[in-house]
Amino acid sequence: MDFGTILDAALSSALGPQAIVFALAAIGLNVHFGYTGLLNFGQAGFMSIAAFGLAVTVVTWDLPFLVGILVGMVGAVLLALVLGVPTLRLRADYLAIVTIATSEILRLVFGAVEFKDTFGGSNGLTGFVRPYQNLNPYSDGFSLHIGSFGIVSFSKNDLWSITVGWLLVALSCLVVWALMRSPWGRVLKSIREDEDAVRSLGKNVFAYKMQALVLGGVFGGIAGIFHILKQGSAVPTDFNTTFTFYAYAALLIGGAARVLGPVVGSIIFWFLISGIGSFFSEATGGSDPVIPDWIMTQTQSSLVRLILLGLGLMLLMIFRPQGIFGDRREIAIDGR
Amino acid sequence: MAVELNAARSALASISKEPGSKKPDAIVVGSNITRTFGGLKAVDVEHIEIPRGVITALIGPNGAGKTTLFNLLTGFDEPDEGDWAFNGKKLSNVPAYKVARLGMVRTFQLTKVLSKLTVIENMRLGATGQRGERFFSAAFKSLWSSQEDANTVRADELLGRFKLDAKREDFAGSLSGGQRKLLEMARALMVDPELIMLDEPMAGVNPALKQSLLEHVKSLRDEGRTVLFVEHDMDMVRDISDWVIVMAQGQIVAEGTPQSVMADQRVIDAYLGAHHDTDITEIDLQDLEAEADAELDAEKDKA
Repeated sequence: MDFGTILDAALSSALGPQAIVFALAAIGLNVHFGYTGLLNFGQAGFMSIAAFGLAVTVVTWDLPFLVGILVGMVGAVLLALVLGVPTLRLRADYLAIVTIATSEILRLVFGAVEFKDTFGGSNGLTGFVRPYQNLNPYSDGFSLHIGSFGIVSFSKNDLWSITVGWLLVALSCLVVWALMRSPWGRVLKSIREDEDAVRSLGKNVFAYKMQALVLGGVFGGIAGIFHILKQGSAVPTDFNTTFTFYAYAALLIGGAARVLGPVVGSIIFWFLISGIGSFFSEATGGSDPVIPDWIMTQTQSSLVRLILLGLGLMLLMIFRPQGIFGDRREIAIDGR
Repeated sequence: MAVELNAARSALASISKEPGSKKPDAIVVGSNITRTFGGLKAVDVEHIEIPRGVITALIGPNGAGKTTLFNLLTGFDEPDEGDWAFNGKKLSNVPAYKVARLGMVRTFQLTKVLSKLTVIENMRLGATGQRGERFFSAAFKSLWSSQEDANTVRADELLGRFKLDAKREDFAGSLSGGQRKLLEMARALMVDPELIMLDEPMAGVNPALKQSLLEHVKSLRDEGRTVLFVEHDMDMVRDISDWVIVMAQGQIVAEGTPQSVMADQRVIDAYLGAHHDTDITEIDLQDLEAEADAELDAEKDKA
């Protein structure tokens, strides 16, 4: 068993592009759920509409890359408006139902055979990433290791993606921080606590919820665009509901309603899921595996990480429901 | 101020005691307001006028429609029909937040403090017209910090007045029931309302705090605001109200000064039941049964 391989896998994933995608998506969910109390179960929908907005503009319509980015972001904003108008006046659960349904509808439409000419069917679209990769200043990959003991390694493309990605994460966090310390953020947090009280003080609750939905959706859109840029293809099946729920897991690990909660949560989430996955793959692999075949084969071992992830989330909810950054006193208030 | 108050009070003395009577200077005027829930007519008010500058109590037994009327007047619920006006401005179909901005602010029967915000943040939220509450200026602190400071000063004054200054940095969720009522009242004052509507301000408040709460309600009137409150506590009604409106089964059944209302037979009947001063052991059981049977028969005939 090679612990260098395990550490390399865990760290490369925790600091790599995949964690960045989830950090960005979770920052959006933090605005929705953490600050405003909006249950958005369709963050994957915001991601997919922005991703395909870019891909379709560049590949199908043959327009410039920057126009594609713009189309993608406008798509995310429009989706928020369309979802918000009918549901934000209703109870929170309706938004949850509508968003999860919409994200699935979008995924199925983008993958439909009927629209193969536009969205590329189940294989999705490729060939829009050139302008992005052309900007890459790095000529080599990066790998840090002590002897043969690996610590972390990135390919040339990943190195460019994490540079852009962490910059985006930092900018997003800055925006969230600046907004949430303001009176505007105070209104959002108050809406999360009690809508009617906010209304009775003369605030237009609907308008604030809509602003929050759009802002979080824009972060979701950035996550979607970054996702297809870092892997070079827009594939509809990437944007299934698991995507949203992994982002929620990351948010809850880090702590909701904390600026850095989703970022640290995402790093921890991917460190654990890749680390544990790599550990079991190493432990069951080779001619003389540490864990013998009759307990677990290598195929089975790939699922164990998900079992442990579920167990970990349960323990987190029991022993540290506020997440890493949360304030225990806030959770104690709920118990009253 | 005291002169005005006395004038307003003496004006009330000459007003007719009939339900829905006209007031010389009414801040809220409403007519034909109805609201049904399924088959139940929760509110059916022919005419209501709230006098300006004094404390008006809205009383009535449970289910009389007091809170529903509150919800209708403040835009938290929509009536089946009816129109009402605040300072002459019609409020039908005006959303709740706009009603509050006009200067008509309410509190809630089940206190609504924002638990996970500190007491001072609860207070700051109440201030109106904040530049920092607009999305595009929110991110730039220099645009709103001076206004925020001014609001904080005002909030601290109010906290001092309501004796909540020691709790300034505590989460509102950690306050006791009575302190929450105080906070809600203080927060409503941050809006600087002309009419403040208190829904059962005494519910769940311990007797020691009650007296100081009474003083606070009186102080609202003394600084020139109109107060309308719903209450079950008769001592409070007698103690502080200048005018009393009595509701039963959705309708206004009586109005008047506290003394005259408490002596009104319709009020006593509505509140305590027509048999309230008979000893139940003396009531003839057979009479009661006959009465009940007659009622049942009547129902059957209807069906």
